Amino acid sequence: MTRKGRRLALIGSAVGLMALAVGLILFALKDNIVFFYAPAELAEKGVQPGTRLRIGGLVKQGTVERAPGKPISFTVTDNVKDVAVTYDGLLPDLFREGQGVVVEGVLETKDTFRADSVLAKHDETYMPREVADALKKQGLWRGGTAQNGPPTTQSQGSP
Amino acid sequence: MLKYANPTNFLTLAAKLLPWLGAATAALFAFGLYLGFFVAPADAVQGEIFRIMYIHVPAAWLAMLGYVAMAGSALGTLVWRHPLADVAQKAAAPLGAAFTFVCLVTGSLWGKPTWGTWWVWDPRLTSVLVLFIMYLGLIALWQTIEDPGRAARAAAILTLVGIVNIPIIKFSVDWNSLHQGESVFRAGGSTIYPTMLWPLLVMAVAFTLLFVTLLIMSMRNEILRRRVRRLSLLAADLAR
Repeated sequence: MTRKGRRLALIGSAVGLMALAVGLILFALKDNIVFFYAPAELAEKGVQPGTRLRIGGLVKQGTVERAPGKPISFTVTDNVKDVAVTYDGLLPDLFREGQGVVVEGVLETKDTFRADSVLAKHDETYMPREVADALKKQGLWRGGTAQNGPPTTQSQGSP
Repeated sequence: MLKYANPTNFLTLAAKLLPWLGAATAALFAFGLYLGFFVAPADAVQGEIFRIMYIHVPAAWLAMLGYVAMAGSALGTLVWRHPLADVAQKAAAPLGAAFTFVCLVTGSLWGKPTWGTWWVWDPRLTSVLVLFIMYLGLIALWQTIEDPGRAARAAAILTLVGIVNIPIIKFSVDWNSLHQGESVFRAGGSTIYPTMLWPLLVMAVAFTLLFVTLLIMSMRNEILRRRVRRLSLLAADLAR
């Protein structure tokens, strides 16, 4: 092997080993570095009430309630389990039923949650309004106002 | 091709290419921005704000592509010990940092009206911030070591260590993230409607040309700077 070949092999194996090490670290820390839990994961991981965390999922159709003087309430679902969320504050513009959402706050009981921040999650599809309207007519529209639409976000469910 | 790996030939080639590259970059930027801001239709969910994609996404691609190019040059430095690879590495770092910065700022401006926050410690956002810090660290390292050859080898090693971050950025949106998934380079084709996609591709080519133009200019300056340094060292020797 030439000196150049040796250097290349050395660098290649060093980068390979490092990638393996980082991969193992990320795998080991998977539960700790996760940005949010899906509702079904709360029970799976045995998250205790009183824990501060983020939950991500879809805002369930027909569950958003806004009454004057009372916190907003809605249900976050991953189509497996539901969590009832209450929130007192401003909602982002993209917050709507059937859309993805990430709420941060405290788990009060095993399926109720008090949020102190609500972030809207949007999906990776982009289309003009006319196309969306045409899809809605055909019943193929997956976001916004569809009834019982399938999840629009890839990262639902287990990571 | 290898002929141009010689610094003097590179300077000749750069002088010939730069006016054309500059003109092509300006023309494509004008065309791409016109398409993105006036021709492409508004998004059904996000409305007009989605147009920031035409800056944000190409900047993000170039932030990563710049790092990959820098890592390629780092191999050139360490394996083939080529001086032009040293120069390319050094020139790419501030450019990559600038593109990453544009990506972070436009992302933040896009995040506030859509997600409802300027910043979250989401896997995608965090890994891109790490990329930005890597670039800054590399720039600092180049400034710290006086001898260009030693600086190049140190920077090359740090660059290759940092390369693990690139697949992390790419796949970070597949973990639970607030950032949406991949729209363009994904199995099953793009999820961006064609009339909205092709302005993005024009912008991507424009950004790539901008990067190449700036890289060649910056490499040219670095070669000249090294010549000045050598001459002044020589002059100092003669004066003694």
